[in-house]
Amino acid sequence: MTTPLCATADGTTRFATRHGDRCLVLSHRLQQCITHAPQLEEELALANIALDLLGQARVLYSYAADRLGADSTEDDLAFGRAADEFGSPALVEQPNTDFAAVIMRQLLHDVWALEFWTSLTNSTEQLFADVAGKAVKETGYHVRHSSQWVVVLGDSTDAAHRRAQGALDSLWPYVDELFAADATTEQLVANGVIAHPGSLRPKWDVRVDAILADATLQRPVTQSAAIRLGPSPELSTLIDEMQQLPRAFPGARW
Amino acid sequence: MTSDGQLFEVFVRARRGVSHVHAGSVHAASAEMALQYGRDLFTRRLEGVSLWVVPAAAVVASQSDGAPALFEPAADKDYRYPAHYQMPDGIEHI
Repeated sequence: MTTPLCATADGTTRFATRHGDRCLVLSHRLQQCITHAPQLEEELALANIALDLLGQARVLYSYAADRLGADSTEDDLAFGRAADEFGSPALVEQPNTDFAAVIMRQLLHDVWALEFWTSLTNSTEQLFADVAGKAVKETGYHVRHSSQWVVVLGDSTDAAHRRAQGALDSLWPYVDELFAADATTEQLVANGVIAHPGSLRPKWDVRVDAILADATLQRPVTQSAAIRLGPSPELSTLIDEMQQLPRAFPGARW
Repeated sequence: MTSDGQLFEVFVRARRGVSHVHAGSVHAASAEMALQYGRDLFTRRLEGVSLWVVPAAAVVASQSDGAPALFEPAADKDYRYPAHYQMPDGIEHI
């Protein structure tokens, strides 16, 4: 197996891989909820969302793999890279501490993702515009799911409210990273491939504030977490678990 | 409300112009979430274009011990079937 994402990969390839990572890692987190959801209906709902995210990851990885070279595949990108090669935002790596943490992580991500995909429908890169067109519909449903749950949890019993507020407080430091831009991102913005991540913030703020108000939750004032330099322990554990089978049985097929 | 939420009956309309048909039931914390669960459980393979959810408590059902009084009187009224009409000659497609 070649080194899948070499240093020479261009901006759109890096961008596709990074967002493939985001979708795959969050999908895997939701898959970890299977057999642990509070009720059967919710288990199906979480699994459906995980499948939507997995589908988004596959399109982005396939695109990146095509551009990386003839023998590169989506599976190499998903299962052939170490945790420190993943570019997912720390938010989606955060553990499934309890159901409130699962739902709150989803809300903060989903509202961002809806703005992200909506902005990407105008991309000059045709594949990005295509995948965004499909993802906007899927993500619209995800936002409904997570926002309704946050209101149900926040505006109900003391215990549920306390857990929802606790999840919000502990996840809030990872929000700013979603709107940050590095050199790769700035270059893609300059070329008209993507909108500036920072431009998504005002709409995100309005929407999240409205949902938190409905849920009687307090918007935290905590500082953002430092941008990490290496993989978090949570991500390393997740990647180890996710890649266990392809590592033990390289090339395994159904 | 229990931790499982309220029970809702789910009705799916397969396509425009046909009735909503009962598909099953879901537990949900609210009617809006019941709609989403109904979508997840019963329209996974494009089975529907519209969904209804109704609180199961709102359904008034006939009781099985009252079934003879409700249904059996119809058993000997065969004039309610169109089988006795004579069809005129030359009529097709009816």
